Amino acid sequence: MKLNYRIVIFALAIIFGIVFSVPSLLQTEGGKKITLGLDLQGGLHMLLGVKTEEATKSRIKSITASIKHFSERNDILIDGLTFDESGIKFEVLDSDEIAKIQEYLKEIDGAVVSLNNQIVSVTLSPEEIAKTKQLAIDQAIETIRNRLDQFGLSEPVVAKQGEEKILVELAGIKTQEEEQRARELISRAAKLELMAVDEDRAARVYNMSAADAAAYGDVILEDAKNPGVKYLVREIPILDGGMLTNANVGFDQNNRPVINFKLNAEGAEIFGDFTGKSVGKRLAIVLDGKVYSAPNINERIGGGSGQISGNYTVVEAKDLAIALRSGALLAPIYLMEKRSVGPSLGADSIKASMVALIGGFVLVIVFMVVYYRGAGVIANIALIANLFLLLAVMSLFGATLTLPGMAGIVLTVGMAVDANVIISERIRELIREGKSMHKAIEEGYANAMSAILDANITTLIASVVLYAYGTGAIKGFAITMSIGILASMLTAILGTHGIYQMLESKMMKSKNYKFWFGIKA
Amino acid sequence: MEFFKYTRPFNFMGKSKIAAIISIVLILASYALLATKGLNYGVDFAGGTIVQVKYDTTAPIDDMRQKLEGNEVFANASITEFGSPDEVVIRLKTTTGSVTTDIGDLTREALKGTGNFEVRRVDIVGPKVGNELREKGVMAMLLAIAGILVYVAFRFEWRFAVASIFALIHDVSIALGAVSLSGIDVNLDVLAALLTLLGYSLNDTIIVFDRIREGIETSKKTVLAEIINESVTRTLARTTLTSLTTFFVVLTLFLFGGEIIHPFAFTLLVGIIVGTYSSIFVASPVLMWFGFSVQNYHEKLAQKAKREAEKNRMREQFESGVM
Repeated sequence: MKLNYRIVIFALAIIFGIVFSVPSLLQTEGGKKITLGLDLQGGLHMLLGVKTEEATKSRIKSITASIKHFSERNDILIDGLTFDESGIKFEVLDSDEIAKIQEYLKEIDGAVVSLNNQIVSVTLSPEEIAKTKQLAIDQAIETIRNRLDQFGLSEPVVAKQGEEKILVELAGIKTQEEEQRARELISRAAKLELMAVDEDRAARVYNMSAADAAAYGDVILEDAKNPGVKYLVREIPILDGGMLTNANVGFDQNNRPVINFKLNAEGAEIFGDFTGKSVGKRLAIVLDGKVYSAPNINERIGGGSGQISGNYTVVEAKDLAIALRSGALLAPIYLMEKRSVGPSLGADSIKASMVALIGGFVLVIVFMVVYYRGAGVIANIALIANLFLLLAVMSLFGATLTLPGMAGIVLTVGMAVDANVIISERIRELIREGKSMHKAIEEGYANAMSAILDANITTLIASVVLYAYGTGAIKGFAITMSIGILASMLTAILGTHGIYQMLESKMMKSKNYKFWFGIKA
Repeated sequence: MEFFKYTRPFNFMGKSKIAAIISIVLILASYALLATKGLNYGVDFAGGTIVQVKYDTTAPIDDMRQKLEGNEVFANASITEFGSPDEVVIRLKTTTGSVTTDIGDLTREALKGTGNFEVRRVDIVGPKVGNELREKGVMAMLLAIAGILVYVAFRFEWRFAVASIFALIHDVSIALGAVSLSGIDVNLDVLAALLTLLGYSLNDTIIVFDRIREGIETSKKTVLAEIINESVTRTLARTTLTSLTTFFVVLTLFLFGGEIIHPFAFTLLVGIIVGTYSSIFVASPVLMWFGFSVQNYHEKLAQKAKREAEKNRMREQFESGVM
């Protein structure tokens, strides 16, 4: 027996394979591991879309609010301030003030102002609309990520997919309640608005239709806890959650959980101005279009802090505070794709594919030994090394093992012996032609090489395309296939050749073709 | 052990006409199936909802139907056994766009009182996503074929690439026919299986082609059919053995891999059989029919060798001239 460079590399590869696959196989604490896909460990996979047109709408709404506040603060008399999806319209009563208001509107990004007599229309430029939509998506990703980070799951994935989709993956969600909570937290718009109650008409709210209310510039909102209770509030909010800087859970005098929020300087100013002017009136605290409370304003509230009370449990209040803190969703999200797998199904899938993997493996190993004898044993060593290498490389990359990935491994086992079969057949052929063992081995490898390379490279091309174009599950399959092919080139071409070279002197001496290659020479 | 001891070449090409008839019949039958019965697109491609429910004991399917019937959400739901009598899959054509209202919760609610069960899986694929997945899938398939063809044309000769396309179309068509016939749900994993089949079938074809090319270069024979016969016979052992080991493994996957992996394993099983057959009886005859000429190839090789020799001579002259 003699050492050669091939066997040394092969040995190193085996050591590498074993060392780096141990953490995954034993599920130890440290070390890089293969993560199990959601289909194997259970969890929630969602593809979310963003209703971006809502973001433009709310942008226009908030510009409207600031126009209103600006004109009130500067004593500019305006009339008929209305807005819809396409833009804002109002009339400036004193033509001298038009310049002043135009000056102010110029400051607003992307606002296109046009003037017809004294009627001002404000629309958003197409670039601004595109920007707003993009912002809504980016901000939704950021917000959802923030919320999930505070939710306490181990490794939530929140990523942009394509141009306008959001991928959310939550591994290890065990119970239905947990899933429910996570979904609520993600989808909660958390849009906080402070709106003035229209005290002049409030008494008539139960006899009004939405159209009636709109005619007065009002909207009818329901109470969050008692859907029967209705409020008539001014459509243009005093301020919205964009000016919120913090939100925390606190407790009121009855020890019920409440949410304390703080506003930024601008918000505090507007809030102070409004409350100062509106003593004796009610202020509706509106969250996601529902009124949470509508306390009387007893005095001017400076400092910019407020409180939302409602009949929450502590968990609800906590989730709500998380949602408020991490910001409102500029636009609502909707579900495009959802896959949830219960932990028991995942465990079943692992069990089933393990049975298939081990079954297939044993079959192949037995077959190879029976058919090729010594050469079969050598091929099997390469096959086992191949499996370890595959696991090791996947662990190092932190690859995710999915069910199709498992199938990919099982298939790799079937195909990994291919190179060895080609080589063994070539060697047998040469031996039958009467070549010496040494010659047969060397020429066998040389002859087999181009076929093996061509075959593997084509399969590799297919896998790479699969990876580039595939989605989740197919990607997993492509990764295992590619690594399996590369590993089998190393083990089957280099490794087995090294073993033959190491054993060559022994083989030459014994001349037992039956024992080594399973044939009579 | 030896199954295939090479003694003399089998006359494979002599049987190529019969093989062609079989192939054409199978392909036409497959297309007829695809045209009439069509593919049974699963939620991944058609969009829709799947809820997988597992009971402690045998699933009370009739009871479930009754409970779901009156429910608006589950209108037109189909309920089928999934793998074992305990497990059931409810399929809906509709999806919900809301993140908060969950079809899993609704199912739990609706099936209350039918026994002890667990909702194990909920898959919802919106129509937009389904379309996109399908487009991407087809794109991946075409690109994979294109990539492989460029490689084959570059490494071999254009006729080899054309012949491998024929074999590929042959294999994928028949596999699709089998998928249609069996009525399994065509989901992403079936697509993965079809793509694997592409790789596998080409793998097989290329190893045969490699041997044919070698035969053309080294053999003294000039009749292509004879060279092909010899090469195919010589690779027969390998072709069958690898197909067998892969077949065993996929068969274990099919038998023990669980219901979820069934469509994948089934498609692959068909694919391995067809792929092995096609590398012998489809790819090689096509090569022959496309008028691959051994003489021309030899001449080309000879010319290439001559050019090489000329280059070497000039280089030597140049180098000695400088010296």
